[in-house]
Amino acid sequence: MPNAIDPITRNLWHVVAATNELPIGLIETTLLLDTPLALTRGNDGEPVVWLRSDEEQGDEIDAETIVERLPVRTAYGYTWTCLGTPTDDLFPIPEFAEPDRVNMSCGSIGIHVSAPRAVENFLDMGHFPYVHTDILGSEPHTEVKEYDVEVSEERDEVLATRCRFMQPRAAKSATQAMEVEYVYRVPHPYCAVLYKSCPEDESRRDVIGIFLQPMTEERCRAHLLQSMIDSTSTITDLRRFQQTIFGQDKPILENQYPKKLPLDPRAETPIRADKSAIAYRRWLSQKGITYGVIPQAS
Amino acid sequence: MAITLYDFELSGNCYKLRLLMSILGLPYDIVPVDFFPGREHKADWFLRLNAFGQLPVLKDDDLVLSDSGAILAYLAKKYDASGQWFPNDPAITAEILRWHAVADDITSTSSAARLALGYDYAFDIEKSQNGAHRIFRLIDEHLWFGEREGRDWLCSPSHPTTADIACFPYVMLSEEGGISRQDYPALRRWTDRVRRIPGFTVMSGIFPAGPAKVD
Repeated sequence: MPNAIDPITRNLWHVVAATNELPIGLIETTLLLDTPLALTRGNDGEPVVWLRSDEEQGDEIDAETIVERLPVRTAYGYTWTCLGTPTDDLFPIPEFAEPDRVNMSCGSIGIHVSAPRAVENFLDMGHFPYVHTDILGSEPHTEVKEYDVEVSEERDEVLATRCRFMQPRAAKSATQAMEVEYVYRVPHPYCAVLYKSCPEDESRRDVIGIFLQPMTEERCRAHLLQSMIDSTSTITDLRRFQQTIFGQDKPILENQYPKKLPLDPRAETPIRADKSAIAYRRWLSQKGITYGVIPQAS
Repeated sequence: MAITLYDFELSGNCYKLRLLMSILGLPYDIVPVDFFPGREHKADWFLRLNAFGQLPVLKDDDLVLSDSGAILAYLAKKYDASGQWFPNDPAITAEILRWHAVADDITSTSSAARLALGYDYAFDIEKSQNGAHRIFRLIDEHLWFGEREGRDWLCSPSHPTTADIACFPYVMLSEEGGISRQDYPALRRWTDRVRRIPGFTVMSGIFPAGPAKVD
């Protein structure tokens, strides 16, 4: 039996699809928080999401005939829904609207691990030289230098700044190794956004988002967003770069045990480089998130 | 000579060709194809290269080839001066082609489960997983008895052939399809041997082997 869904999680906006990849007039099916959903897009291109009963993937449907609908928002190229009553607006990524950015989905990929484990892996720099060898890191440059972490009260998000790492090939647009500076935001219990120095323009940052759709407590779908400053690469090139990275993370993530994220600080032994993970776990605990985690014994 | 591979990074079938070309030291260019999420292998321009709408496609000058097993045979026959990867001996040729067919069965089971779980394909997950276990059990036995007879590879020669390349990727990626290799020790030892072939290269999801144990 799945856990009861905690009220915070129930009332969050959750990502369910890349909007452009939803077929118009055909049904897609998916799972959110153990709840089967059906999705489609109307002739106006707007997504419609509802609780699935006997619908099957690929069935024809006229979106206008769907009366009982779940709330829907579209943002950052993705469709978001909520199983309860949405309390907050979706977190902002203002860079997405800058006119010269190349924005793209990079695929929605199922992973056999909890959503919070996937967020935490996204925040970790220590694995770069070992998992993303010769791309995001290489031996002997394995040190995670001291960085800053805070929980922004005003924005209710975890923020890690001054993260620096020597990267052989930081982005598709990179032509040589460079020390890259990262800023990580966790503005949503199951979403993280990173800003990294852009090889093409020193004054700006590439933005990469990972939005996790918690399907069950131990399974999720990772929806990847890239919002890049890159005047030469094609969308296919940029997607390939990101998928290469994510494909390397996937078996590592799927081999984590337990699959749910333990919130008790004594459950796993952190090192100094895990500062952002410690802040993230504490933040989830304080919010009262219990879905996809092993809560701290009270 | 100019070889171009129409390629998707996360495809095990494309990786078979990258792997053999890396082992043979063959230079080639890559044209990335957005298989997922773009479904570019069903786009008009791609269907003109391969009407079956499947990756990989390899172009050698003006010659356009498809099907990973067929291309492995072509590359070995044309560019492997040692003649080891696809030997001319009729009996061994038959043996290799038999294992190329097993590789296709591994694709339709282990790879199907991976596509269903990771990439939202509407394949029957349980049926695909059961099918993969049935094949893995047979390969494990074949390799276990081989080890007893001093044979390290799928076919009878004392060196690897394209049969080993063809079967390797979707065995290695099976866990992404929820198929554990824990019960197949001889199969796992063989994947280590493949990963120690000089010129071996990785793909996303497949990591290098550790150093071999020295007796």
